[in-house]
Amino acid sequence: MTAKKKKPREYLRDGPDFTGAPLHEKLSETWRDGPGLIGWIKSVDHKSIGKRYLVTAMVFLALGGVLAALMRLQLSGAEQEIIGPDRYNQIFTMHGTTMMFLFAVPVMDAMAIYLVPLMLGTRNTAFPRLNAFSYWMYLAGGSLLWVAFVLNIGPDAGWFSYTPLSGPEYSLGKRIDVWAQMVTFTEVAALAVAVSLTATILKKRAPGMTLARMPIFVWSILVVSLMVIFSMPSVATASGMLLSDRLVGTQFYNSYEYGDSLLWQHLFWFFGHPEVYIIFLPAAGFVSEIVQAYTGRRTFGYTAIVLALCATGLLAFGLWVHHMFTTGLPRLGYAFYTAASMAVAIPAGIQIFCWIATIWTGRPRFMVPLLWVIGFIVTFVIGGLSGVMLASVPLDLQVHDTYFVVAHFHYVLIGGAVFPLLGAITYWFPKFAGRLMSERLGRIGFWLSFLSFHATFFPMHIVGLQGMPRRVYTYPAGMGWETFNLISSIGAVVFAASVALFAVNMLLSLRKGERAADNPWGAPGLEWATASPPAPYNFAHIPIVADNSPLWNEERPVAYGLRVEDREMIVTTAVEAWPDVREPSPEPTAWPLIAALATTVLFVASIFTPWALVIGAPPVAAALVAWFWPKRHHEGEPVIE
Amino acid sequence: MKRAAPLLLVLCGAGCGGSQSVAGRDGVQGALIGGLFDVFLWTTAAVYLFVLAYLALALVRGRRHRRDRAGAQGEPAAQAERIWHIGLIAFAGATALILAGLTVATWLTDRALAEAGDAAPLEIEVIGHQWWWEVRYQDPVASRIVRTANELHLPAGRAAHITLKSTDVIHSLWIPNLAGKQDLIPGRIADLSLHPLRTGVFRAQCAEFCGLQHARMALDVTVETPAEFARWYDAQLVPPPAPTGGAALAGFALFQNRQCASCHAVAGTPASGMVAPDLSHVASRRTIAAGTLPTTRDNLMAWVADPQAVKPGNNMPKVPLTEAELAALGAYLETLK
Repeated sequence: MTAKKKKPREYLRDGPDFTGAPLHEKLSETWRDGPGLIGWIKSVDHKSIGKRYLVTAMVFLALGGVLAALMRLQLSGAEQEIIGPDRYNQIFTMHGTTMMFLFAVPVMDAMAIYLVPLMLGTRNTAFPRLNAFSYWMYLAGGSLLWVAFVLNIGPDAGWFSYTPLSGPEYSLGKRIDVWAQMVTFTEVAALAVAVSLTATILKKRAPGMTLARMPIFVWSILVVSLMVIFSMPSVATASGMLLSDRLVGTQFYNSYEYGDSLLWQHLFWFFGHPEVYIIFLPAAGFVSEIVQAYTGRRTFGYTAIVLALCATGLLAFGLWVHHMFTTGLPRLGYAFYTAASMAVAIPAGIQIFCWIATIWTGRPRFMVPLLWVIGFIVTFVIGGLSGVMLASVPLDLQVHDTYFVVAHFHYVLIGGAVFPLLGAITYWFPKFAGRLMSERLGRIGFWLSFLSFHATFFPMHIVGLQGMPRRVYTYPAGMGWETFNLISSIGAVVFAASVALFAVNMLLSLRKGERAADNPWGAPGLEWATASPPAPYNFAHIPIVADNSPLWNEERPVAYGLRVEDREMIVTTAVEAWPDVREPSPEPTAWPLIAALATTVLFVASIFTPWALVIGAPPVAAALVAWFWPKRHHEGEPVIE
Repeated sequence: MKRAAPLLLVLCGAGCGGSQSVAGRDGVQGALIGGLFDVFLWTTAAVYLFVLAYLALALVRGRRHRRDRAGAQGEPAAQAERIWHIGLIAFAGATALILAGLTVATWLTDRALAEAGDAAPLEIEVIGHQWWWEVRYQDPVASRIVRTANELHLPAGRAAHITLKSTDVIHSLWIPNLAGKQDLIPGRIADLSLHPLRTGVFRAQCAEFCGLQHARMALDVTVETPAEFARWYDAQLVPPPAPTGGAALAGFALFQNRQCASCHAVAGTPASGMVAPDLSHVASRRTIAAGTLPTTRDNLMAWVADPQAVKPGNNMPKVPLTEAELAALGAYLETLK
């Protein structure tokens, strides 16, 4: 600290007389990514990272979809030997792992990273470098898994990797280590995003946007981020213990050495069940946003829906044992988990009621996103009701691990999450790309997807009840399973084509779509107050919010006074969103990438030797030190009222 | 589901190794669960129809609103909104009531399942292996213990108490016609009660993914009259007849002197390996290799000739044999009834 007092400098700030094009120019200069590949790598802009995440997740969706098609090819008839058991087991493991860890969760993260700051009326996420780091970790983990698969060391013990099958004695080689380490990568990535989003939502909201005025989608992301923070450590512990059982001879899961193979199931499902809601709740958030935009009224029952989201988030942690009803735990314990699993249908039902009530009392425009929402309701409710069946111990004893369950969770995950996601992408596409997606292709795609989805997955309920177990690479003839499996396989081909059509629509619209206005749907959320696509700084002036549909008001008040030549963001109080301080926001940097590379070396090398933890740690530490090296940044300043 | 049963029989043609369906309800437990399934099916179907009707009405109403009040924005009047709030509370309440009803139905069924045991059940131990089933009928008299593999015979009308163990990874025993499934977890002992009501030929299959050949780990279940069961049981207690005739005798010698006897056992002979299925009466079983092939001489020979071709990855090695040796082994194995 120098004794000499510096003369306070005058900074350039936005204001009523500093607005329009000159402000745009200055702010763009401050907030945009650098030029070229270097600029791309160093970006910490939530929009760049969000788009990256989205494209990568869609690539993994395509890869996982190809695997699904291969499985349906193999199962299209009895006693087929197109794919051998070894390859088939890798394929279904890769399909589940890819879809859960590399598509479903990251794609929701992608949408949240892109949309949440826009919906909150701010310029970036909190901890933007952590977001950048998260993306590189996700990319590295996904690449590790897929490179291993191509090299025939893809995991083959299922996406749930039950011990002792996945343990050192029954899974030789490195296949399971690759899987477990991929889990570590995606955990780190998901935790980083969750921390960043939680802080963003609680501290970066536009002045006046109290918790009760947040868009429902943001509520869903807040709940989901907290769920990630509480559930991911469980699977991190589990996969770490599995790795150490395999690598250094610990006996956590070996029941003959006082370990327990059921320990794995408890830890895995304590994460695995919340995971399902981590995927579903953002989708529910999409639905709430889409419904209000296309009915021209605020989503009915805001409070009820928010409470339903929170209730689902809490109940999700009390259900995991319903994946273990056949393991022979005490019956009285099962009774509680039955009740809790049933109870989770109540918040889901409340949300369904509210969405339909919104359509009933609003003036719906049946455009593609709303079609996806209607398709979602028709499909998801079936999945929810078959879920109620699975919550019942005696029924689960029959249908557990059969195709009935496969049908159930595809209804919930595709019908419940992918349908709203495709609607959401169509809905926000003008924001992402500045252009509208083709309505005609969208309609064809929707009907094709909707019908082929049911053709694919509905018959699976029946073959499940007819006794067909999951995870079989072939099945005998004469069991009455052939016809339904063939229908499923044909449906799957059409479904894959319809998802491909969606991708084609995206790509075509990216180049040739109709130019979008800032708010093409007349939606009420703040994200539609930005340009399409948004300028690097999102908002020229930070908006002030007085209710939960700010763009439907005549008046659009804004706040002035943020610095223009430095990256500065406003921090507000957690509940009431009073302006608190003005805080510098980090500049672009390559250190998150370098840190991610160092961490990747450590993680991948630790598949082969425990010494990697020791030798690999200093580079990670060095990268983190460089990342966090104190800068001669200005301090946060109080807000001038 | 009851109506589905005849349909299944039609679909399940001649090649079928026995019925394998939840719809069978051929045991006390299966019937109890089936009854509960009906309750759930009709309740959830009614709820689904209600939601669909509500959605359909909303779409019709919404479309009309759009026509009538084009241009207007915002919510309906506060009073209309209040009706919807009451509707929401009623809907949530009804949902909770229905779910509570289903939960209580679940508990009652679960209790009935727990009480469905019998004072003197048939005691059986089933041990899961990658990828076959070892079955032991327990008896206080050691000479009356029966050891077999990949088949389960049960008398109709009598309860059976099955103790479940695993020697390697987690398996799950599931005979859908008779009862729900139960996992076989290494280091733990679980149990499963069965109480077949009708005679019949059923198929069971491992339900927990257990590795490479999870798909080919089936169990043939035969429920027969008590008299038939007693006959079968007594036949199992007697060692198979000594082979007669040149080929069978040569096969017997090969079985004892080549690798076979180090893993497999045949009662009444020196062969007493315990790590692979007991073959004492293998020719009397419906299928071989855990439901992979029907038991015929040709299939037995094909299996011995190259087990890895039939069931890739299983633990039986390929033993190099000449055509003549193979034929001799086939002739011998066929006598093991």
